[in-house]
Amino acid sequence: MSKKPTTKKEVQTTGHQWDGIEELNTPLPRWWLWTFYATIIWGVAYSIAMPAWPIFASGATPGLLGSSTRADVEKDIAKFAEMNKAVEEKLVATDLTAIAADPELVTYTRNAGAAVFRTWCAQCHGAGAGGNTGFPSLLDGDWLHGGAIETIYTNVKHGIRDPLDPDTLLVANMPAHLTDELLEPAQIDEVVQYVLQISGQPADEVKATAGQQIFAENCVSCHGEDAKGLVEMGAPNLTDGIWLYGGDVATLTSTIQYGRGGVMPSWSWAADGAKPRLSEAQIRAVASYVHSLGGGQ
Amino acid sequence: MSIMDKHHVLEKNATLLLIFAFLVVTIGGIVEIAPLFYLENTIEKVEGMRPYTPLELTGRDIYIREGCYVCHSQMIRPMRDEVERYGHYSLAAESMYDRPFQWGSKRTGPDLARVGGRYSDAWHVEHLINPQSVVPESVMPSYGYLAKVPLDSTWIEDRVSTDAFVGVPYTSEMIASAKADFVAQADPNADSTTLLAGYGEKVNIRNFDGQPGLTEMDALVAYLQVLGTMVDFSTFQPVASR
Repeated sequence: MSKKPTTKKEVQTTGHQWDGIEELNTPLPRWWLWTFYATIIWGVAYSIAMPAWPIFASGATPGLLGSSTRADVEKDIAKFAEMNKAVEEKLVATDLTAIAADPELVTYTRNAGAAVFRTWCAQCHGAGAGGNTGFPSLLDGDWLHGGAIETIYTNVKHGIRDPLDPDTLLVANMPAHLTDELLEPAQIDEVVQYVLQISGQPADEVKATAGQQIFAENCVSCHGEDAKGLVEMGAPNLTDGIWLYGGDVATLTSTIQYGRGGVMPSWSWAADGAKPRLSEAQIRAVASYVHSLGGGQ
Repeated sequence: MSIMDKHHVLEKNATLLLIFAFLVVTIGGIVEIAPLFYLENTIEKVEGMRPYTPLELTGRDIYIREGCYVCHSQMIRPMRDEVERYGHYSLAAESMYDRPFQWGSKRTGPDLARVGGRYSDAWHVEHLINPQSVVPESVMPSYGYLAKVPLDSTWIEDRVSTDAFVGVPYTSEMIASAKADFVAQADPNADSTTLLAGYGEKVNIRNFDGQPGLTEMDALVAYLQVLGTMVDFSTFQPVASR
């Protein structure tokens, strides 16, 4: 509090008095008062310049500046699309197998593809593409559906078993052999021992031999005569020790009993009339990126 | 100026002051709220929006019960970074059957307005049971018990009727078949005629949690898988002034 006596000008009182205490009527500081008036003028001007007054049933007044957040975001997206237009058009026009030979496209797909991967793919396949239980690693040469760039591209574009996309790669599910009564529990036990044996794990010889017969009758149509898997069926190699869900007795038993059918979303899918989740250029970029991770064929 | 000099009447009478203060606040409220009811563009006219199926509605109740909205918003704002990450910005029409809406403003986790179809059912189940198994850096807690809590359809008809009462356009047929639809959506072998007739051909019908029986996991995954997938954007025209 200022101790300076305000003797310069006699301050008016309101005339109110309580027990001898008077109420001062000190005027507001000029700078404050004018700022206050300015904000009122600003408020009125702003409501004219920007969308504000709800006086028409069709919508509020649009404002003289024509501001629209929804139009702004379209413009913003278009601006960046324009910046990438040349390289993206080139990417779309280039044959998938020729991308790796073009340094400009390689630089672009490594960066744009990695960005797409981290935004849309990492949740299942892991930030480093190392995979998770039920979601395959994309770093190795063990491909469920093939590791050629065209195949990776198609898989990204239409997904696997995605109910939303009619063009999805709908390879058959692994059947539920117990639930659908295709095998007896004892038979499942024997097949499990056989799979343990062919994957180089300790197994019960007697059961494995019986299991071999059951395998030949039930499993080879998808997993192949040699159990090395069939890419066109999406059936994995059972002899290489690489497991999608797990190679222990409990997991193998559960897989055979209840079946499997991993789903990958279709990334070209779009809500009616909306833009697809990923553009053609983005799908090509991410397919090329995944192909370059080490497992590409 | 005589009226301006009479404020002391209000200042000296508490009841009168209360009444006039209430009047002022009421006017402020009406000015803010009333235009939303007569403006034609408050809710965009778009095709494709339908009320939640009984199972999705139950999933939504679980979403609210578990407090998912505390960490997840359902509102993609019209900004480039959000649109590129999550998809088309959210429309008012997309939450017109949400009571209450789940827009939120706190994002410890990502926005979920368009999470539908973005991940597989198996991913959702795995992620709800143990989030860190698929996203190691996640701080989300486990909701694994949802897969162990069975659901029954005892109250579903009342639940749907309640939403119908407050204005969600469930028809009397939809309410009558609520119990059957509730069970049919998670069972591909069940008769889904009324479900498809009431909610359209695009309804997801499958065993969401991959295990026999109807659980809270089924309902929650069914709800998550429909988020942001309903609206037909070809019927949406952005208008100026928004």
